[in-house]
Amino acid sequence: MQKISIPWIVVFAHMFIILLLPLAALMLRAIVLNPAEFWALATTPIALSTYNITFGTAAIAGLVNMLAGTLTAWVLVRYQFPGKRFLDGIVDLPFALPTAVAGVTLATVYSQSGWLGQFFTPFGIQIAFSRVGVAIAMIFVSLPFVVRTVQPVLQEVEPTVEEAAWALGASRFQTFWKVILPPIIPAILTGTAQAFARAVGEFGSVVLVAANVPFQDLIAPVLVFQRLEQADIPGATVTGLVLLLISLMLLLIINLLQAWGRRYDA
Amino acid sequence: MTLNLDTHVPAVEPEIRPQAPQDWVKIGLIVLVFAFFAVILIVPVIYVFVGAFSNGLPGFLRTLSSREFLNALKLTLLAVVVAVPLNVIFGLCAALVIARKSFRGRTFLLSIIDLPFSISPVVAGLMLVSLYGRQGLLHPVLQTLDLRIIFAFPGIVLATILGGMPFVAREVIPVLEEIGDEEEEAARTLGANGWQTFWRVTLPSIRWALTYGIILTTARAMGEFGSIAIVSSNLIGRTQTLTLFVDSSYRNYDSQGAFATAVVLAGLAALTLVIKQVLEHFYSQRYKAK
Repeated sequence: MQKISIPWIVVFAHMFIILLLPLAALMLRAIVLNPAEFWALATTPIALSTYNITFGTAAIAGLVNMLAGTLTAWVLVRYQFPGKRFLDGIVDLPFALPTAVAGVTLATVYSQSGWLGQFFTPFGIQIAFSRVGVAIAMIFVSLPFVVRTVQPVLQEVEPTVEEAAWALGASRFQTFWKVILPPIIPAILTGTAQAFARAVGEFGSVVLVAANVPFQDLIAPVLVFQRLEQADIPGATVTGLVLLLISLMLLLIINLLQAWGRRYDA
Repeated sequence: MTLNLDTHVPAVEPEIRPQAPQDWVKIGLIVLVFAFFAVILIVPVIYVFVGAFSNGLPGFLRTLSSREFLNALKLTLLAVVVAVPLNVIFGLCAALVIARKSFRGRTFLLSIIDLPFSISPVVAGLMLVSLYGRQGLLHPVLQTLDLRIIFAFPGIVLATILGGMPFVAREVIPVLEEIGDEEEEAARTLGANGWQTFWRVTLPSIRWALTYGIILTTARAMGEFGSIAIVSSNLIGRTQTLTLFVDSSYRNYDSQGAFATAVVLAGLAALTLVIKQVLEHFYSQRYKAK
């Protein structure tokens, strides 16, 4: 009996001290504010614009990753080509690379005279220190999700099923749309939701790439940081709690999507 | 229920498969993927190395031998040394509990352990400030004990532990579930106590997953930024970690210094991926051998 209790104690003590106690503290600090005050702080014009920019940009990043990630998974599963192992290996790089490193390098490479930014400057497009830069940082940090959720599922789809569709006279477009796509849709949506959730919470890379100007490219996590720096603790708490609740909601959606995906395992 | 229609297909297959256009589609898609990766990932990562050596090797070495860098390195390593073992012990215990016991709320416990992945690092930092900060719930207690957590080393450690909490459990649980508990059962029947069973039977079979989990935790600990930016006062030399050093050098227009530090962190990240590939290779070899 004793060997059971030691791991349990460790698990609960660690979880309680590191995660649950601070989580409860944040919620408690928000609850002690009266509802009117809470609502006022949560819906200041700056706060509303940060939600707008955060979710709008994260949605664009999610969409780009949905398409590019599915395509990458397809190419990695179905084709043989030189550099395949290299490509497969670097997919995980955004997870391993510290976000501050991603931030400084994206800000430099996409600056007006940077390696990639210079090609957009003649067209009057500014990437770093604008919302476009925020979108690129979000795409960068959430790039592995869709690839890594779709890849194993696509591996399970038998090429023989496709061949059967061809043999029965389906066009390539029909084969993709009606045979290949349906079983991988739950994986695509799960990966996209995970990428979106990650992009919404992203701080390190965005704070360095963006100019962090309200109404232009200031995102909600950076607003929390700025409010804390200005010792506006209630303001930071309220925005932080809004972000937390949205993360929990997204987590629930992701879990439901995963459960839906498991349907195909049977 | 695999749908195997192979026997019917061969006769018609060659006519139906449009070979040449297929190749163009294939090449086009591969080029598209590489172009996307180049713009988003490859070029920016290459630039980290170029930026680090923009003042040549002497400039690079000057940064790496500066006192600010060495202090930041020391602080990061200290945080890693404290945070990683605690997270590893927690992760192992959590994995054993979740994979080996059936109890109500098992899925719920799993989601709680995963929670730090879903929470924005800024919110994680804010949680710690709400508890230990100047207006935090525990502030009176900390004051009577004369303890400082926020704007000090303990805050950095707590933030680092929080960020890396789920990795080990996540890597180890699937392996424990896959290997089942027959061998552990046998060891116990033969008279091994819990500790011996864990040390001689369980641990050897999860060692690759555990190693990978430790590597991920360590990588995350070294790269932790958002939550540390919030709980640390960022006093140079006192509570500045490597990622905060990258940030502050960059903001102070010392981009060479920022990139020199970034290259150290990127090198460690690349190492993580190489070790991952090696471990996966080992694992699949062993799997095949069975």
